Amino acid sequence: MAEETITTDVVVIGAGPVGLFAVFELGLLDMKVHLIDILDRPGGQCAELYPEKPIYDIPGLPLVTGQDLTDRLMEQAAPFNPQFHFNEQVEEVEKQPDGSWLVKTDGGLTFNAKVIVIAAGGGSFQPKRPPIPGIEDYEGKSVFYAVKKMENFRGKKVLISGGGDSALDWTINLQPIVKSMALIHRRDGFRAAPASVNEMKKLAAEDKLKFLLGQVTKLHGANGQLEGVTIQDNDKKEFELEVDTLLPFFGLTMKLGPIANWGLNLHENLIPVDVEKFETSTPGIFAVGDINTYPGKLKLILSGFHEVALMAQQAFRYVHPDAKLTFQYTTSSTSLQKKLGVN
Amino acid sequence: MKINLIGADGTEQQLDAVEGWRVMEIIRDHGFPIIAECGGACACGTCQVEVDPTWQAKLHQPREDELDMLDQNYANEWSRLSCQLIFTPELDGLRLRISEVALADAA
Repeated sequence: MAEETITTDVVVIGAGPVGLFAVFELGLLDMKVHLIDILDRPGGQCAELYPEKPIYDIPGLPLVTGQDLTDRLMEQAAPFNPQFHFNEQVEEVEKQPDGSWLVKTDGGLTFNAKVIVIAAGGGSFQPKRPPIPGIEDYEGKSVFYAVKKMENFRGKKVLISGGGDSALDWTINLQPIVKSMALIHRRDGFRAAPASVNEMKKLAAEDKLKFLLGQVTKLHGANGQLEGVTIQDNDKKEFELEVDTLLPFFGLTMKLGPIANWGLNLHENLIPVDVEKFETSTPGIFAVGDINTYPGKLKLILSGFHEVALMAQQAFRYVHPDAKLTFQYTTSSTSLQKKLGVN
Repeated sequence: MKINLIGADGTEQQLDAVEGWRVMEIIRDHGFPIIAECGGACACGTCQVEVDPTWQAKLHQPREDELDMLDQNYANEWSRLSCQLIFTPELDGLRLRISEVALADAA
């Protein structure tokens, strides 16, 4: 507990479009926000899943890409000086005697907030686990979904599985320090930078690594230590490969994650809320955007925008219980304009 | 028009299919566990199905972005993303199962 507790009005979990707009709506009502996201940048699904894909149903923006929308929401939130904490997952929330919340992340950050807003979309992004029987037993010991320290792989017999940039980059970057390197992919086509593909093929031609077509179907080893794998090639023939490390790179999937343990009512991995305040079964904890559910819910970004505006009204009552809340428009209110830095 | 959906236990169910709908939407509309997180943008891979070999020839070839997503989702040779299959009368009777990977995503 060396880290100091960060005190704030509101912790928003998830820096996707709805979490970012929550900063704006909360900011207009004088609430300071810290955002926490498991990804390394803002935008959530918009930035992670479809940065280049056009979105056509944002009011006033006939066509906007996921990345552009993210950039514009960041710009809109900027006057309120939101504080971002990326690469962090909220593990625990704990009610304090004074009614506030303690929020703890897996990276050791602790926040004290009067209100929690869950804007976590489909949940947290986690690496996709290939459907190989028993793979769980090896995870963290000889099967890894990320390379945190290259040095850990020095002298290892490594098999990398996948056909994207992560798979290609790590094949090339780890090759000089490992004992043996093999890359397996289901087809001879990649969604990676052509230069990386060429480099990998060059190394394969020089016998510095093996490139295999097929899929890993079985793992062999004991006590979490991999000793080899069975590979099925595209002609359905099986063969064995001696490896002590497997790195599967199949992108990210979304899981509800630790939110399931916070004592909130859940319905099919969604969080039921009321439709006036978008508050959960626990007062002081709100859920907005794709992660909530209520009668008639539509998983649209614009629905999330509406939800945060109403949420902020109730959040204000927790954060500033003695203050009077007057409803104002940004077009006419000089005090709102001052907050936005335009007056 | 129908889609024949093979369940995990091997039993088949007939789903009413609508021309012009994505196969993903038809499956989801019937309440089966398929997440389709990205809503059909060919961006998440959570709607993977395995199409009966005898029906493969009736399907259009996957585009590059579908192949990319299949790569990331441990696809096999019968795998397709159901969001990329638009239902047409020629597909009446289409036989498929939700892939294990997609079922695991939805669990």
